[in-house]
Amino acid sequence: MMLARDINSRSVIERPVSNFFIFTSVFIALLINGLPWGGIWLLLRPDFVAVVLLYWCMHKPWRFGIGLSWTVGILADVSDASLFGQHALAYTVLAYGGVVLNHRLQMFDLRQQAIHVFGILSLTYIIYGSVHWMMSGHITWLYFLGCLTSTLLWIPLSIAFLAMRQKRVENE
Amino acid sequence: MDSTQSFRFFNRGPSSVARLVFFAVFSLLLLFVDARYRYLESTRSALSILVSPIQRIASWPGLLWQQAGDLYLTQSRQHSLIAENDSLQQKVQLNAAQLLQLQALQAENQQLRKLLEQPLRHDFTAKLVEITHAERDVFMRRVRVNKGENADIKVGQVVMDDVGIVGQITRVYPWLSEVTLITEKNHAVPVQVLRNGLRAIVFGSGNTSELSLSYTPVSADVQKDDILVTSGIDGLYPPGIPVAKVISVVRDPVYPFASITCLPLGGVDNHRHLLVLSDMPEQVERPLKEPTKSKAASRGMTRSKQ
Repeated sequence: MMLARDINSRSVIERPVSNFFIFTSVFIALLINGLPWGGIWLLLRPDFVAVVLLYWCMHKPWRFGIGLSWTVGILADVSDASLFGQHALAYTVLAYGGVVLNHRLQMFDLRQQAIHVFGILSLTYIIYGSVHWMMSGHITWLYFLGCLTSTLLWIPLSIAFLAMRQKRVENE
Repeated sequence: MDSTQSFRFFNRGPSSVARLVFFAVFSLLLLFVDARYRYLESTRSALSILVSPIQRIASWPGLLWQQAGDLYLTQSRQHSLIAENDSLQQKVQLNAAQLLQLQALQAENQQLRKLLEQPLRHDFTAKLVEITHAERDVFMRRVRVNKGENADIKVGQVVMDDVGIVGQITRVYPWLSEVTLITEKNHAVPVQVLRNGLRAIVFGSGNTSELSLSYTPVSADVQKDDILVTSGIDGLYPPGIPVAKVISVVRDPVYPFASITCLPLGGVDNHRHLLVLSDMPEQVERPLKEPTKSKAASRGMTRSKQ
């Protein structure tokens, strides 16, 4: 955690992030979600799109907010062939959680952030799962494993994004 | 919650709570409309054009992996391939002989049916398709195949492999279509026990390799290792195609129905190429009044339940 604190303290100065970077990351997340996952890997797969959306909603709430998250949710609905609005609803709530926690999360180190992120992500998973449950009347409990792995993904993803953002500044 | 309040003098548009409520309600509305009325299929197929490049790129690693596997196979196992080729050729010759007999039988059958003034059994044509994506939703048993509207594939057509029924087309996109597998929870297929012609309905259990024969009385004559074939009564599935094999029959007199577990015969989860059957014969029109239960079963689709 020392490393995390270190990076966090240096990130006090806001660094510019290009729109290109934001949208490429979301695009890549959609792509990774779209890889042919199957069986146990599908259950363990973190929701890359949710984690990336949450990251941007938390760090740049004025650039990437609830509306864009909803749009990405609709695209995810089309690509996953889920009901229209199922991902969109879950990602809307996720984005709201990110926007609300924006200022608080900046003060926390990564471990504390991860606890909050876990809360938001589990809410997202519960919404998605309960929509499915209402429609079809059954649910796979193992589905909620994805919530844990998504939280675990949060830590390396934040570090990587921060490092990329710093590099960008140095290059300029 | 309202850390945003202090920034109000910059015009930022509606507050985040308002946005949350707006988009959440809009999503719920979409959910309702999509689940109840299915008005949004054209929107979905329009948006799928936007998403399909992502899906196409995402399927590359899988394709590369398969190609690498094929390359390894051809490089390292030439001997076994030659042997396999030989055995396949033998099989083809054997099948050809049987096919000749079949043609004779078919002609005979048609003639007999004509004599009895029974409607003729139609031939159907099959299209070869390739699976491009496996299911990505934890809750659903679905795959996507590489042909859609462009190849004249329609909703409701039956998908099978060389051994048995695999599923049914449930959604058609411009270049893709979606197959719901028979193992999807509550997916129903009307079947017949091959041994004695007993009719029943086989339901998916949501498990990869399990089907259950529901609503079969305890006294019904179903045994382990019985083969279930499609009965063709619903007009969706052609008759006589193998579906599943019974693996266990538990008769508990407490319950009115026996609990019968079956194994799907078709390689529901392990093939790359599948056949889509088209040109199915038109069904004779149903009488107007019919019990709702048989209606749901005859559609053979999960959607009717949702």
